[in-house]
Amino acid sequence: MDLRYTDEQVAFRGEVRAWLEANVPQKALPSFDTAEGFEAHREWERTLAQGNWGMVTWPEAFGGRGCDLLEWLIFEEEYYRAGAPLRVNQNGIFLLGPTLMEYGTEAQKARFIPAMAKGDEIWAQGWSEPNAGSDMAAIRCRAVRDGDDFVISGQKIWSTRAVYADWVFGLFRTDPDSERHHGLSKILVPLDAQGITVRPIPQLNGLPGFAEIFFDEVRVPAFNLLGGEGEGWRIAMATAGFERGLMLRSPARFQQAAKRLVELYRSRSNEVLDPTIEDAVLRCYMDAEAYALSTYQTASLLCAGGSIGPEASCNKIFWSELDLLIHETAMKLLGARAEIEPQTVQEFADLGTWLDGFMFAQSGPIYAGTNEIQRNIIAERMLGMPRK
Amino acid sequence: MDFTFTEDQQMFAEAARSVLTAEVTADRIRDRWSTPSGLDLPLLHQMQELGLPRMLVPESLGGLGLGQADFIMMAQTCGYVACPEPIAEQVMVTAPLLVDVLDRGLGHGAVQTALDALQGGALVATGHPINPFINFAEQAEWFLLGHGEGLYLLPASEVTMKPCKSVDPSRRIAEVSFEASDAHCLAKGESGAALWRSTLNRGALGTAAQLVGLAQAMIDQSVKYTTDREQFGKAVGANQAVKHLLADVAVQIEYAKPVIYRAAYTAAISPGRADFAVSHAKVAAARAALLATRHCIQAHGAMGYTWECDLQIWVKRAWALAREWGDEGFHKNRIHEWLLRPNALLGPDLTFGRGSITDTVAA
Repeated sequence: MDLRYTDEQVAFRGEVRAWLEANVPQKALPSFDTAEGFEAHREWERTLAQGNWGMVTWPEAFGGRGCDLLEWLIFEEEYYRAGAPLRVNQNGIFLLGPTLMEYGTEAQKARFIPAMAKGDEIWAQGWSEPNAGSDMAAIRCRAVRDGDDFVISGQKIWSTRAVYADWVFGLFRTDPDSERHHGLSKILVPLDAQGITVRPIPQLNGLPGFAEIFFDEVRVPAFNLLGGEGEGWRIAMATAGFERGLMLRSPARFQQAAKRLVELYRSRSNEVLDPTIEDAVLRCYMDAEAYALSTYQTASLLCAGGSIGPEASCNKIFWSELDLLIHETAMKLLGARAEIEPQTVQEFADLGTWLDGFMFAQSGPIYAGTNEIQRNIIAERMLGMPRK
Repeated sequence: MDFTFTEDQQMFAEAARSVLTAEVTADRIRDRWSTPSGLDLPLLHQMQELGLPRMLVPESLGGLGLGQADFIMMAQTCGYVACPEPIAEQVMVTAPLLVDVLDRGLGHGAVQTALDALQGGALVATGHPINPFINFAEQAEWFLLGHGEGLYLLPASEVTMKPCKSVDPSRRIAEVSFEASDAHCLAKGESGAALWRSTLNRGALGTAAQLVGLAQAMIDQSVKYTTDREQFGKAVGANQAVKHLLADVAVQIEYAKPVIYRAAYTAAISPGRADFAVSHAKVAAARAALLATRHCIQAHGAMGYTWECDLQIWVKRAWALAREWGDEGFHKNRIHEWLLRPNALLGPDLTFGRGSITDTVAA
């Protein structure tokens, strides 16, 4: 155990910091769930790619820097410290990317990764269906093999970023006689393909952050099958592992929010406050650090050749509840004014983006597998409690 | 940057674990409740033979020259088996305090005598002013005691003890008083305060590690109980409501552990930053363990509220240790103070200080 950064890691941090200071937009971009904001964020992805910062863990040939996970953590820390824009392509770079690296053919990697790194292709995800939410093995959306193509028919829902994205990856039933988690395959589909209808679904904040996707005999080449036919469930679990286990929400995001919460608390300390606030502020800061420490531990383990176990399901519960507590506490600190959706420069200066974050935090315990499902996984796979 | 334990650390921890899990069983813990000393002397002897009391003593003083991080998993195991003997405290707190005193050239010949006694398996008690009583005081041969900022070393014959009854039948606590005379004084003023401050951090750290061990053991017992016990024709533990009680505790344990390991590392390498790291560890571990007491009693149903059910051994230890070496209020106030310093280094890039863990505040 040695909790000091190496000289190389310190130098890497310096390089990241200098680049971000020179390149992060001065003015916050509009939400990526608007047409204008989406394109602004795509531009930012292109800027990142020009510096080879799109996804530092990827090989240089794919637009990355061949960094290890500890360097990725350092990059993320600097990224959130700098207040850089949220990653509009997070479905691609954090979820599909690692899966492509593990299960994709060389031709698939060459086709999809550089375009993802450059922001030319932004990804949506297509897991859930109207009757397959938490029970994802109930997927019915069909992909029928027809020569060199698959023909897809059915419906997906809650597809994050699908309104403006270019591609969707998802799980489809390729064996019509199969049941549950058998006979599913992971297929990549361009959202401009003939037969696709995307219907936006406004989220709690009124913006179309997700959508329904209808597939009416959509034809895609078999090249777009990721991994073997019928292997979809196993591959999806690997993606879910990345999502819950490490990459979806890097600790820096919460550490930066917790730091801002401490600053907000300091600025309100002369007011009459709910006496429980002090405790909540401390807890937020501690828990954000605990999440960071746990992630460093996991990253060290993976760097040393270890692997992530079912304890990864603890992550999602921990950070989603932390995010709620951070934002609930900020709402308490803002008092009655917390209700205001800032419109003017002055209102933004006074109230920040806490309300927006508070609304988004409500979704944390739901997406990427509800926290109730995560608790079942912890109880059954980590603790070994009976399934039935 | 490497946040993993070395193979040596894991092997040593495993060796201690196999001995402790074999030797410290619930039945034998209950046996201790009706003996005069409450101690399992053969166990203490075995631990001494394994070299435990000498682990954190430098080689120049006859020890093994290891650090807090080398022992931290063993402290967890002491909690996991609910070991009544104050092994973690002897190794992590008392021995390093005696070593600190010798390092600074303080005190008198008795310090070496007390350290030798400790390395030979005798109990040397540390009465930090933050704790109102001492566990197994009546069984100790030597006492390190506080008066103001002063640090005193006395043989058992020179102190007065007033036993109290702990909620935990495995603990034998007593208030200890003494005459603070220069003859027994090792350090005063600044130097005494500094010794007591690092002692408090070591005590809180050892307690934190035991608390997560206790919590893990309570979970394991509850998983077994709710798997075996059937109602409505199925295992009680197949119900989501019961699963989620235990999953909630598992999450808290999972996120207390790396905090404790960071604190163990920091306490050894950078005492200046240790206050925050250790207080964080103690708060997180106490939260996990106290949640475990409630949820695991609940998972056991009426059995959980009986004297017969072994769960009480772990529950009561957690109740006691959660407040020893600084309660929640003490540690949260230290964290509060640290966070609100005008020059506090906060933010995602500063988890380990500025480049290295040894920096605390901006220059």
